[in-house]
Parts: sequence; structure tokens; C-alpha cells
Amino acid sequence: MRRVVVTGLGLVTPLGVGVQHNWDRLIAGTSGISAISRFDVSDIPCKVAGQVPRGTEVEGGFIPDAYVSPKDQKKIDDFILYAIGAADEAIKDSGWKPADDEQAERTGVMIGSGIGGLPAIYDGSVLLAEKGPRRLSPFFIPSALINLASGHVSIIHGYKGPNHSVVTACSTGAHALGDAARLIALDDADVMVAGGTEAAVSRLGLAGFAAARALSTGYNDTPEKASRPYDKGRDGFVMGEGAGVVVLEELEHAKKRGAKIYAEIVGYGMSGDAYHITAPAEDGNGGFRSMRMALKRAGLNTDEIDYINAHGTSTPVGDLIELGAVRRLFGDDLSGASMSSTKSAIGHLLGAAGSVEAIYSILSIRDQVVPPTLNLEDPSEGTEGADLVPLKAKERKVRAALSNSFGFGGTNASLVFKQFA
Amino acid sequence: MSDIAERVKKIVVEHLGVEEAKVTETASFIDDLGADSLDTVELVMAFEEEFGIEIPDDAAEKILTVKDAIDFIQSKSA
Repeated sequence: MRRVVVTGLGLVTPLGVGVQHNWDRLIAGTSGISAISRFDVSDIPCKVAGQVPRGTEVEGGFIPDAYVSPKDQKKIDDFILYAIGAADEAIKDSGWKPADDEQAERTGVMIGSGIGGLPAIYDGSVLLAEKGPRRLSPFFIPSALINLASGHVSIIHGYKGPNHSVVTACSTGAHALGDAARLIALDDADVMVAGGTEAAVSRLGLAGFAAARALSTGYNDTPEKASRPYDKGRDGFVMGEGAGVVVLEELEHAKKRGAKIYAEIVGYGMSGDAYHITAPAEDGNGGFRSMRMALKRAGLNTDEIDYINAHGTSTPVGDLIELGAVRRLFGDDLSGASMSSTKSAIGHLLGAAGSVEAIYSILSIRDQVVPPTLNLEDPSEGTEGADLVPLKAKERKVRAALSNSFGFGGTNASLVFKQFA
Repeated sequence: MSDIAERVKKIVVEHLGVEEAKVTETASFIDDLGADSLDTVELVMAFEEEFGIEIPDDAAEKILTVKDAIDFIQSKSA
């Protein structure tokens, strides 16, 4: 199979817009979690989230007009807007621009989302109930459809290759990168713009996850403390929003045009729990098999993985199940690897989590530093012997990194990136 | 220029994001102002809202220019 490398990165997250801006703040231990002020949360038990900062007044603020005209912004829900923004950065970063039809037909897009246009569907439903069908905008459906993120990016940039979209809840972003890399490996495309996007921090989204008793509720007065994976005080995940998009490219194609190569995507594993709609199987078997498959595909031993970006959502049950699965594969000391959850800084970006965290993993290889698990002040029993990178980033050798993403429905995906030499 | 014409042009400028000077009475929404078929559906909805009228689909299909819109609305509110 053909080899696939990463040649462009783009991020829109609660830490702001831009890869370097994100990374600097993440390594500095900054939290992107804040009190929700955009909509009424007075009757919802969780009142905090990782929200993408907006406007020109904030450094790294997201400016919609920079990507889409005001006239067209009302035709797309925010999850599409974030994808367009992150894709714009990744594509510019890669320097790739198809010169003719043939090259355009070899360039594709695979951007997924866990939930899609939830706010648009909410607004459309209310409008329908209050004013009837004649008041519903013709742009309602295309503003909410998940694959329209890929659609818009392809239209803006003229990419005529595979146009696809992944929907696997919180493992969407990881599956998108893995599947897109496969398309390149199998010679269906030379370049794929791939990632995940999410913008479900809305009244309906928050109330829905609160109803499932999945969210943190004990830190409404100290939002930056709410996401605390592996800490004894963790009490549920914190919603986040944003997008992570990468440019994946066939190795020889990248070399030929002198592209900057961040890392090689060498491993991809997938599995199903076949257990429960929202809870992970208690023995962590699904995550274990997903990681094992990714390492096998990568041809790497556990002692060659130096960093593990955990799924680690800060739920009482899930964090330790994942750690148990990692230990089963890597041994009690994680074979010397460091493992952290960057959700401690940005919250859980659902369908965007896997691709955003893949980018953080790639940057850990580039800069030989691993990001911290914030708020890990009092580690849970059962975490002994594992380096979970509490509170502060750590400089260390990173030859290869593993990134885990697990989703509702019992779907698991693991990616392995390796330093490109 | 009548009040109706001014209001129609204002809606067209807002919805299609075009310069006011381009919105002449003979301007075609699709050929001159860059609208697509979905834009024109939304435009008709905006006219309905603004003028408190109902524009049936068969009538909407014939509203292709700024003047078509003004004429139709005038005939309804006369």
C-alpha cells in the first residue's frame, strides 16, 4: 500500500483559531472552558463548555467573515463554518493547489461530524411549529446536513476527488483521518483534506447530554476546573466545539512538490464494543482491540510509542476503563509512554475530538513535548505508575504517538503517527 | 420611486449581498445579481414577510427580475 503523510494542519477550538496559537496555549496549560453565556442555561444542570472565542477583540478569535460572505453565512450552520475555517488553514499550510482538472480529481475531502446542524434543526423546528412550513428557509436542510462540511470545502477549493463524510459520534474525527488515509493508500486519491467538526454547544445539545447524565455539573462556578480526567473529583465530560482538519498526502506526491511533512500516518485500528449505546464495555475490550490493531498496522511495538493522547473524557467510569485497556496492551508502566487527555483544556469536541487530538499528537512529535492533563491534582486510585502528565507539559522524546477516540454506540478508533525521517 | 420599489430593492440588497447600484428594475436575480434557485425561493419568502402577502408558487416562478417583484406586489396591494 502507498504511504501517507500529513502536510497541513488547521484548528478551530475553544483555545482559539490557528494551530500555533492553539499549541502555545495548550502547552502553557491554558484552559478554554468557560461559563456559557450564549444561551439560557438557568434550567440545565451543566453551565460550562469549551466555546470557540469569536470576534476581532480576542486574540485567536474566530471571524466568520474571513471565510464566508455574510450573505452565505446564514445558509450554513456553525459546524460547517468551523470546518471551512480549519480547512482553510490546513490547505494554506500545506501549500497544495491543484494545477489542473486531473490534479483536482485526485484531491478529495472527508470531513465528518458527530451531530451536525443541531442548532439549525432546533431553530427550524421552532419556526415550523410557530409559523408553519411556508416560513422554512430553502437553506434549512443543506445548512444542517453533515456531509455539507465536505461539500462546502470541495466547492470553495475546487476539489473533485472523493467527497465523503464520517459519522461515528465521538470517534468521527479519528475515523475520518483513518479512512481518508486508506483512500490515498488504495490509490483512490493523492491528497485528502480530512477531519471532524462540531458545533452542538446549544440549548438542545447541552440539555440532551445533561439528560443522559453525561456532563460535569459540580464546577459551574469554576469552569476551568470542570474537565479533570483521572482526577478523583471528575464528574462528567464538558462539551466543546470546533474543528480539526489535516491535509493527508501520498508520500511521493508530497516529496515531489517539496512539501513540509509533519509526520507519517502509519496505524489505524477500529473496533465495536457490541455492548451498550452509551457506556463503554467494562473490560475495555473494544478500546484494547482498536489500539492493538493500530499498532499492528503500524508495525510498531508498544515501547516505540512515546505519547498516547487518551480519549479521557473526564467521566467517572470511562477514564479508568481506557487506562485499563492501555495497561493491558502496554503494561502497567505504559512501556514508558506518557499519556494525557487534552480534553482537560478544551472539553470534549465530540465529532471533532479525534482530528483535533490527532493534530495535538502530531505536534507532540514535531516539538518533542507532550501536552498536560490539566486539573489532575488528586489522581484516582488505579492510576499509579502511569505518567498522565499532570498539570504541566513535559519535554520528552516522542518518536510515535497514539491517539484514541471512542464513541456512543460502542465505536472505537485509534490512530498512530510516526516521526518522518 | 415608489415605497414598494424601495422596500423590494432593500430586501434584494440584504438577501443577495449585492451593491445597491446593481439592483436596477430590469436586473434579473439569477443572471445579473448572482442568485441561485434557492436564493430566489428565499427572496420570495422575504417579500411575503415584508408585505404581508402570499405569493403562490406559480406566481413566484414568474418573478425573475426586480420589476417583476415590484409589479406583483403592487397588484396585490392595490
